[in-house]
Amino acid sequence: MTAYRTQLPPRRDGVGTLLRAEWTKFRTVRGWVIGTVAAALVTVLLGLMSAASTHDSCDNGATGTVCAGGPVGPDGQAVNDDFYFVHRTLNGDGMITVRVSSLTGRIRLPSPDPRNQGDARLKSGVTPWAKAGVMIKDGVRQGSAYAAMMVTGAHGVRMQYDFTEDVAGSPGGVSPASPRWLRLARSGDELTGYESGDGAHWTKVGSARLTGLPATVQVGLFAASPGAVTIKQGDFGGTIVQDRFAEATAVFDQVGLEGDTAPGEWGRDDIGVRYETDGVTPHHPGGMTRSGGTFTVTGVGDIGPGGEGHKIEDSLTGVLSGLIVIVVVAVLYVTAEYRRGLIRTTFLAGPRRGRVLAAKAVVIGAVAFAAGLAAAGAVVPLGTRILREGGNPMLPVSAFTELRVVVGVAALVAVIAVLALALGVVFRRGPAAITTVIALVVLPHILATSSVLPMEAGRWLLRLTPAAGFAVQQSVPRYPQVDDVYSPTLGYYPLPPWAGFAVLCAYAALALGLALFLLRRRDA
Amino acid sequence: MRPYLRAEWTKLRTLAGAFWLPLAVVALTVAVSAAASATVHCRPDSCDIDAPKLGLMGVQAGQALVAILAVLVVTGEYGTGMIRATLAAMPRRGAVLAAKAAVVSGVTLAAAIPAVLGSLLAGRLILPGNGFTPEHGYPPLSLTDGPTLRAAAGSVLYLVLIALIGLGVATAVRDSATSVGVVLGLLYAMSALPFLIHDPDWQPLLWRLSPMNAGLSVQATTHLSELPITPWAGLGVVAAWAAAALAGGGLLLRLRDA
Repeated sequence: MTAYRTQLPPRRDGVGTLLRAEWTKFRTVRGWVIGTVAAALVTVLLGLMSAASTHDSCDNGATGTVCAGGPVGPDGQAVNDDFYFVHRTLNGDGMITVRVSSLTGRIRLPSPDPRNQGDARLKSGVTPWAKAGVMIKDGVRQGSAYAAMMVTGAHGVRMQYDFTEDVAGSPGGVSPASPRWLRLARSGDELTGYESGDGAHWTKVGSARLTGLPATVQVGLFAASPGAVTIKQGDFGGTIVQDRFAEATAVFDQVGLEGDTAPGEWGRDDIGVRYETDGVTPHHPGGMTRSGGTFTVTGVGDIGPGGEGHKIEDSLTGVLSGLIVIVVVAVLYVTAEYRRGLIRTTFLAGPRRGRVLAAKAVVIGAVAFAAGLAAAGAVVPLGTRILREGGNPMLPVSAFTELRVVVGVAALVAVIAVLALALGVVFRRGPAAITTVIALVVLPHILATSSVLPMEAGRWLLRLTPAAGFAVQQSVPRYPQVDDVYSPTLGYYPLPPWAGFAVLCAYAALALGLALFLLRRRDA
Repeated sequence: MRPYLRAEWTKLRTLAGAFWLPLAVVALTVAVSAAASATVHCRPDSCDIDAPKLGLMGVQAGQALVAILAVLVVTGEYGTGMIRATLAAMPRRGAVLAAKAAVVSGVTLAAAIPAVLGSLLAGRLILPGNGFTPEHGYPPLSLTDGPTLRAAAGSVLYLVLIALIGLGVATAVRDSATSVGVVLGLLYAMSALPFLIHDPDWQPLLWRLSPMNAGLSVQATTHLSELPITPWAGLGVVAAWAAAALAGGGLLLRLRDA
């Protein structure tokens, strides 16, 4: 009598078979499917709720109306463009040369009460990015293209153009004893900045290509000073930002103009000046006095990227909550097998455990990515629209940035789900794995963005922990040439978007490696 | 009631995690508190920090382990089917839940007291080195100081209430992983919401409703008038959550088949 042998061909545990098996396991557990859909819904609903409940009060105090957004630079980004400009019209190519012999200023004293916007008294001093120098600009409209050579309060000579670009020249300040010569030359679309210590030996600092700059531009002297920014921790988390008034005064002489300049007096414009409630009296005006060839120019404000408004990721308030649901599903996806003993069947059918783990990771990653993409893809455009219709100015971003934020959030959710799966394999117990994931991902984010932890400690948390991955949702970059509060509480992450995401991926890879090692060594 | 308590105590003390989880609560709480105290410096120009609250920051991490301990006391029985034996031997289901609540509260209390005292001790040793000196208006952390004592005692009670929330949720949900997800979501995700929603009406309301934000206001000792809720009322919010969770869990326990 011969033993029974099956006539069926042997079935290998191929990748396709494993993927299909794992996908079948996932989709046939009703709780997991409901959980995934619920995670997406929570993300969307919380985001829309927070967008609908946000109403900014405009500068003029009126709520419910659309606040005027700030000026927009040549590349479409929000900018600050407030300064005092003493200028003449220049046709075609030309050059301006000046000597700057002093840069001084006044700053409002900090108030003892951090919630007040400063004391009434002023002290003399300059803020680090107070700036004065020569500029060539496409008219006097806020946000128009420009290039400028300048001395700054604490960052030496700089060449800046089109709001976002900043090139460092020589360091050091200016004084009557050691003045600084600046030169800006236009040749077609090309603007080149030079500096010199004596007016004879010139060093090139940088050059800018301002495409589409018209033949007729304004050339002249400018001064501006951003406010003195200090930041305090709020008592129950958050930050209190104090932006104190500051103005800068620069003394220019030896002004030399070359090229076809229009005859007549120098024009003066206090660009972007705000007015008191009467609408006539300027609030913190700049000014210029002239004696012979010496110009003393005082300006208030800043020229650079920035501006007030909401960011598109403000609609992603629900991600943290949706993420916890996804983490629970991802952990249960493997720990339930251990609890029910199904894992033994799984390994019997697919003895190559690395492949089984890979198939599980692919399935849960794909499911989480799809849920994240659906949620973010819905809530970012919708939430942005609701915010805008609610009268909140939005900081403009490019379509590519918006796409990066949406896809980035989906990838973030997917990688965290894979991390949760791997830790589920490591611990084999749901509660331990879920708590570890939340302690690694959610807790650092909360401690960094909404606790009394100081800003620097919060930044380190967002560099070193998997919470660094949240950087992928930041739509507005930070600029070193702006003295702004780039704190985590205000949505600025210390790492660039993809670097932060890479940190998270490294953690997920590490966890997968550990899971594979333990999976191979341990009995199921 | 006494046999119920004894049974629950026996089950808890023989649970695998029952020994090391309370120890881990103490270790994690003290470690995070010490780390927070070590990273914050009091500089002359920016020294407006609530020192007792800083010294007790580890409670924000330790509460997760407290919640797990409480969840496991219930879901462990559902996972193994032990719950059927429990309910057969002790048919008064309300009393079973009450006994579990009493035992879990006792164990949490036993872990929370050394955790909070250890955190304050760490702060007392570390903070003066970071500029929190009497010259800057920071006497060493001490329980003889009224607000500090309130912060410490309140933190202990807070942890006990978190355990009761975990117990109630676990009785309703019956699955350990899902219960842990629900409790931690309630604590952490909800605590972040007020910082993400900028509406002036919603923000303080959400802050007062969130068990973690409202409850930890019991740790605040400075700028109390700025808080959306008074310290003890904040702890009352957590107590209300705990009562609601236990009532809901208890009701489901009576209505459902085990």
